[in-house]
Amino acid sequence: MLYINCPHCGMRSQNEFSYGGDASVKRPELNKEVSDQEWDNFVYNRKSLRGKHLELWQHISGCRQWIKVERDTGTHEIFRTFKADEEVA
Amino acid sequence: MQKYSIFNLVKKAFSNHENWDLAWKDPTPKEEYDVVIIGGGGHGLATAYYLAKEHNITNVAIIEKGWIGGGNVGRNTTIIRSNYMHDENSLFSEFGMDLWRKMSQDLNYNVMFSPRGIINLAHSDAQMNAYARRGNSMRLNGIDAVLLNREQVKEIIPMADFSENVRFPIFGGLMQPSAGTARHDAVAWGYARQADSMGVDIIQNCEVIGFDVSAGKIKGIRTSRGNIKAKKVGICVAGSTNILAEKLNMTLPIETHLLQACVSEPVKPVLDNVVTFGAGHFYVSQSDKGEMVMGGDLDGYNSYAQRGNLPTLQHVLTEGIAMMPFLSKLKMLRTWGGIMDMSMDGSPIIDKTHIGGLYLNCGWCYGGFKATPASGWTFAHTIAQDRVHELNAGYSLNRFNTGHLIDEKGLGTKTWIS
Repeated sequence: MLYINCPHCGMRSQNEFSYGGDASVKRPELNKEVSDQEWDNFVYNRKSLRGKHLELWQHISGCRQWIKVERDTGTHEIFRTFKADEEVA
Repeated sequence: MQKYSIFNLVKKAFSNHENWDLAWKDPTPKEEYDVVIIGGGGHGLATAYYLAKEHNITNVAIIEKGWIGGGNVGRNTTIIRSNYMHDENSLFSEFGMDLWRKMSQDLNYNVMFSPRGIINLAHSDAQMNAYARRGNSMRLNGIDAVLLNREQVKEIIPMADFSENVRFPIFGGLMQPSAGTARHDAVAWGYARQADSMGVDIIQNCEVIGFDVSAGKIKGIRTSRGNIKAKKVGICVAGSTNILAEKLNMTLPIETHLLQACVSEPVKPVLDNVVTFGAGHFYVSQSDKGEMVMGGDLDGYNSYAQRGNLPTLQHVLTEGIAMMPFLSKLKMLRTWGGIMDMSMDGSPIIDKTHIGGLYLNCGWCYGGFKATPASGWTFAHTIAQDRVHELNAGYSLNRFNTGHLIDEKGLGTKTWIS
């Protein structure tokens, strides 16, 4: 069982959350010409490496907020959690 | 190579089975190979075998970080089927079914292929319609499919829950009678033994740490046991694909996820077929030893852990008990996990890359075991001829760019959305 520290509600079990994937992916700027390759990178291509991974989770059975979680994909250890709009240093 | 037969078995019995030849050698890596296959799993071993057998290329090495057959080919639920709707998937898988039927004779190794049939249960009229469509599509591609009504399903699997007041009543099912199971380890060992006998070097405990690429062409690989030159390199590493891709500055439409499976204590024969629950994701069959072999959903987040968490297992087994209540009486014997190369449309990639002489075989999601022979056969063809075969033409790497996705279920890495 993973325990995720929701920045709004505190420590909760993984059962209350749903996963939203890689949080480092940025949507292309729409006020300029976007190439097929840029869309590809946004929609499909992922690094998905072993080690520290910044990812989105939604506290779906709690406050329903999207949050960012820094987790190790090799050990499942969770290091830090952030609000969705928080900048991650 | 020593042939396995009843006569040899009897002969060796007189010497207490102590002087059998080794099934494969433990060679030191040579300086150069015509083809290097990275990954000594089912697909890599099959690729090397078909390179030697079909294309007469025997100066081949298989480079494996751990031991052969220690990854997903040793961790799956051994289901073999070709019940797909889209042409790319169904023709490819049915080609594989033919290879499965001949495999034990072909490899001189009993892979215990057991075509016991698979039944996908339907729990609504809409699902029956969808299965009728899929079944018709399968039959147009020459694959056997039978649409069963509730009474017919009840005759085959009377232990399923046919009571009236359940949340997901069984309306019927789609059966592929020629689908089945096989002994997974035997598949890896059988391919390894034959490939080795034709001159392929199986190099274990050898990790790939880098690639030598110059002028857009592959020149060789760097490993924990030294540099190895190669004219061609095939990557066949399932859940570790992204780790190698990063060393090549490639970003792929692949995420690595965790999938669990489990077996119960062994019981007397109760289930003849493979059965899947249609209102969620759960499948079950009974092994020759009597264990109920069960699996279902991904854990649902990127992971390289090769071990799972209980919430997903509980969720999956809840579905199993809804389908077959007697399962709740069984004790769990073992659970385990493997890491899946989940592609973004749920279909695999077998293709050339932008680097000359470098080939990619990945994206098997959790359907890799059944594809072992067809994947090896087509990957060997792609490497030997430097062009894709018509069977794997649809499994291109650039289909995500051109929009030619093969969305069998339209789920990709987010399979839990269904």
